[in-house]
Amino acid sequence: MSILVDRNTRLVVQGITGGEGTFHTKQMIEYGTNVVAGVTPGKGGTMYSGNEKDQFKKPVSVYNTVAEAVAKEKANVSVIFVPAGFAADAIMEAADARVKLIVTITEGIPANDMVKVYEYLKVKGVRMIGPNCPGIITPGECKVGIMPGFIHKAGHVGLISRSGTLTYEAVWQLTERGIGQSTCIGIGGDPVIGTRFIDAVKLFNEDPDTHAIIMIGEIGGTAEEEAAEYIKKHVKKPVVGFIAGQTAPPGRRMGHAGAIISGGKGTAAEKFEAFREAGIHVVESPALIGETLERVLKTSKNVRQRRISLRLRKRKTVKAKKTVKKVVKKANTKKPIARKKSKKR
Amino acid sequence: MKIHEYQGKEILRKYNVPVPIGKVAFSVDEAVRAAEAIGGSVWVVKAQIHAGGRGKGGGVKLARNIDEVRERSSEILGMRLVTHQTGPEGKIVKRLLIEQGMNIAKELYVGITLDRGCSQNAIMASTEGGVEIEKVAAETPEKILKEYVHPGLGLQRFQAQKLCFGLGLTGDAFKNGVKFMMSLYKAYEATDASLAEINPLVITQEGDVIALDAKMNFDDNALYRHPEIVEMRDLDEEDPLEVEASKSNLNYIKLDGNVGCMVNGAGLAMGTMDIIKLAGGMPANFLDVGGGANAQTVEAGFRIILKDPNVKAVLINIFGGIVRCDRVATGVVEAAKNVKISVPIVIRLAGTNADLAADILKNSGLRFLVADSLKDAAEKVTKAIAA
Repeated sequence: MSILVDRNTRLVVQGITGGEGTFHTKQMIEYGTNVVAGVTPGKGGTMYSGNEKDQFKKPVSVYNTVAEAVAKEKANVSVIFVPAGFAADAIMEAADARVKLIVTITEGIPANDMVKVYEYLKVKGVRMIGPNCPGIITPGECKVGIMPGFIHKAGHVGLISRSGTLTYEAVWQLTERGIGQSTCIGIGGDPVIGTRFIDAVKLFNEDPDTHAIIMIGEIGGTAEEEAAEYIKKHVKKPVVGFIAGQTAPPGRRMGHAGAIISGGKGTAAEKFEAFREAGIHVVESPALIGETLERVLKTSKNVRQRRISLRLRKRKTVKAKKTVKKVVKKANTKKPIARKKSKKR
Repeated sequence: MKIHEYQGKEILRKYNVPVPIGKVAFSVDEAVRAAEAIGGSVWVVKAQIHAGGRGKGGGVKLARNIDEVRERSSEILGMRLVTHQTGPEGKIVKRLLIEQGMNIAKELYVGITLDRGCSQNAIMASTEGGVEIEKVAAETPEKILKEYVHPGLGLQRFQAQKLCFGLGLTGDAFKNGVKFMMSLYKAYEATDASLAEINPLVITQEGDVIALDAKMNFDDNALYRHPEIVEMRDLDEEDPLEVEASKSNLNYIKLDGNVGCMVNGAGLAMGTMDIIKLAGGMPANFLDVGGGANAQTVEAGFRIILKDPNVKAVLINIFGGIVRCDRVATGVVEAAKNVKISVPIVIRLAGTNADLAADILKNSGLRFLVADSLKDAAEKVTKAIAA
């Protein structure tokens, strides 16, 4: 089990014939993702198997529109490599064609375009991951995005992050310790994004195959706080959290458009505080994400086992007490009700 | 991107947002000529720097005759203006804005920005104009009125009216206020601004509604469709090293610590800065070399980092996903031969071909401190700055 993408994913690549699109389509096919179609307006009706630099293992049918790719190839997830100026349009096209998930890799889409796209997606009821993100991967099954596949390992930790390479770092720390991942999502570093921490946390919480969650946040905005509030109320699985940018000065955009402390809001200190209040295991150094998760898993396993053994012991003593009572009761009165009760048990 | 107040007002004027009559001046003589051209009997001399709090710092002064315009202008022009936003080193004033004086009856606040919580633009207004709005928001949030703008439809008249009623405007001031807000939103949207803040927004005794100050920031991602705004960029207001870095397509921000760093990816760069702090140092910069780290970008990065005299050590942290570590390592070795390096360099390369990279670094004959994990890198940085 996993969330959002798996073996049944049928992927359409928007912008497949571009440089980035070609390179990453090749990587995705090699990872085992089921790439069923590509879209490049004007190149519909052709088969594409890469350029001189990057050759696909198998050719992919190209269509003029996403709607065609959905109708003819039953594509259900789209990944977007279209340049920033045309990306908003590409996202809306995919939403209109009713894929169930859109993954937007493109960086540098104007915020005002995204505000409009966000509204459009809400009306259409289609989920998007990104923009400006590495994508989503369910290790061993399906990779939709630009992350290096080999650093991942199938398992039971769900990972959500606002950044790209920092996500790889955290994944690598897990894999090196033999800890696998159920699904890893890079939600993107822009101010307007389709899937927020809270949405991804909900999905991981409901996924029985995800046993623990890692959240990697950044300064700026209040999305981490929002998710922490949810975790406090609803999440029983252990959560480990890190926030990048403890040393970032206010008013400066740290690379990502969304990573900016403005009006004294969105500092790492505030976010860590919200994490602690929600019972999230806070990691202050990005070097210790894997180590902390390993420890948390062990102790939570111990806690779980202790709880189970306590419960068993309790049940035994209760049973014992009840049998004593029963014997006494039996000795005193031989009413059928007592027998009924014991049957129920 | 940030611009000056006078440039912001030029833009607002184009969208029929009322602003005072004013002119920019680069010298005292120009300031005097500007005042004469504007006419009237009271002028305001305003320092033009990319930072708020100019009035408190002595950068905004009233002049009641032409001689006073000359005096005030010569005081402000060239001064080192220190405000709560400039940091203790302040900023040298190189431009002035000369404006007509106003009969101010009321000072209000209006601002438009993206509300990330709901992914919509929000227009905010408050009767508490002329003061730090962050303070108002923190202490008396009920004094800030807010309307969310529908992304497809734009600001509606009833919303502007709600705000103006909320501000207690009546008569001409109310009508003008509604018009002002509608126009301001148009200017914000049409220019792809990320912030349009008018503080104070003044109501004059005549009932006019005028933007006495104007702060406009723009979405960097949308600048490609606004060449006229790109032209307003003032390189004097930016750190020279940052300007140089942007020429090499590097994302560099100067900070005041002692350990330089070079990283691929913004999140990992911030994480690396945090590691430096936990290791007992302070980051001297933020530097994201991006996805395609090669010999040229690494060399440019080295040159920029080492120009900062505070740098006592450099930490290079590259996670090779698509980027191959052996290529980065070759780039680092080449760059190190071309640039004179006098401080210890800690290198951590992980991911694709990391072992090949380690060999290249070891066999280079150069003295790198090679770390095999982020934790190890932090420890090596601690040692390097202690030595």
